[in-house]
Amino acid sequence: MTTTTTTTEAAAEVAHETAKAGMPQLDFSTFPNQIFWLVVTLLVIYFVLSRIALPRIGGVLAQRAGAITSDLSAAEELKQKAIAAEKAYNDALVKARAEAAKIVAEAKTGIQQDLAVATAKADAEIAAKSAESEKAISEIRAGAVEAVKEVAQNTAKELVAALGGSDDAKAVAAAVSARLKG
Amino acid sequence: MKRKTDVAGEAQSEGGLAFHPLDQFQVQPLFGHGPIEWYTITNVTLWLALAAVAIIFVFVVGSSARKMIPTRLQSVGEVAYSFVHNMVEDVAGHDGAKYFPLIMTLFVFILFANMLGLLPGSFTPTTHIAVTAVLGFGVFLFVTLLGLYKHGLHFLGLFWMSDAPLVLRPIIAVIEVISYFVRPVSHSIRLAGNIMAGHAVMKVFAAFAPMILISGIGVLVTPVSILAITAIYALEVLVAFIQAYVFTILTCVYLKDALHPGH
Repeated sequence: MTTTTTTTEAAAEVAHETAKAGMPQLDFSTFPNQIFWLVVTLLVIYFVLSRIALPRIGGVLAQRAGAITSDLSAAEELKQKAIAAEKAYNDALVKARAEAAKIVAEAKTGIQQDLAVATAKADAEIAAKSAESEKAISEIRAGAVEAVKEVAQNTAKELVAALGGSDDAKAVAAAVSARLKG
Repeated sequence: MKRKTDVAGEAQSEGGLAFHPLDQFQVQPLFGHGPIEWYTITNVTLWLALAAVAIIFVFVVGSSARKMIPTRLQSVGEVAYSFVHNMVEDVAGHDGAKYFPLIMTLFVFILFANMLGLLPGSFTPTTHIAVTAVLGFGVFLFVTLLGLYKHGLHFLGLFWMSDAPLVLRPIIAVIEVISYFVRPVSHSIRLAGNIMAGHAVMKVFAAFAPMILISGIGVLVTPVSILAITAIYALEVLVAFIQAYVFTILTCVYLKDALHPGH
């Protein structure tokens, strides 16, 4: 009897040992324990994620996406503004250039008119001066011709007288004048 | 019993190397040595709780400042949020966005459990079929009931290919029904299998690492096994993420089928 009990106990022990030597995955006695704690863990994770973590992270991601979109649109707006400002600047530049050209042209015509007036005045003065000079020169020339005529008549009279010709002064003068003219 | 002695014998013949690649999956009470009841606080409880705490830290504490320019931790939460949200919207459609918190819960839970499981000495809940089956069959039940609730018997149109030749339709329907019911099985075993295999392989390589203390061949074996652990660890980090991603995107696909059963 005692031997039988010992044998049974030994057999039970051996059976237990064998079970332990096999794959622990197939030890069904631990299944309820594993399944219970797994379900508890999954429930905890599910509630923590679905109640706290996921809405929070989703919110942060949405907020960030919104911020990026609005920043991008703000940047686009600023870019348009910059383009408009550049255009305005260029327009102003073109206008200023045109104005400057106009002013230059006006100044040019003004100066040209002044110049023309001054030139005309100078020309008139010069013409008057030269006419006066010409008049003086012709007077001097006439004076000189008279003087030559007189000198020639006197010289001819003296010569005729010295050579014993008639001293008819009038005839000599006439002859000299004729010669001078010819 | 026989298997156990074999393993022990093998360990002996290897000169004292201890091979226990499956010990890391043992479910143990955290306090004392009593039997494991459904309410017992075990290492499963501890690592599930740590996953929950890590998730709360990243997603609640990290986002608490609600900064327009995020801190690093807030950024992590936002990236994960956008990643899963886009996945749900792309795969399940716009009306799937309603179920985003559920899918996000699955994704972050699997991801954090996998990643925490990569800490040396840790316990990985997602290596246990009990855990992944609850997830997989939970998704299956949820989408099936949702489909029936939303579309009534039209939901069964999912199995009836109206664009296939009439003769083939019943055959295709049978295949579709079988594949539909296999979904949760593959869905849950894929996750547990991938994670478990990686952890077990790492443990096997780790068992070879102390060879240098035992025999001369250890000069060769020890560096190789350490390099292998490093490489597999890197791979496991990738797998930890990819399996979370695969589980989540498949959930989205099933959700899409429930919301839009017409092909």
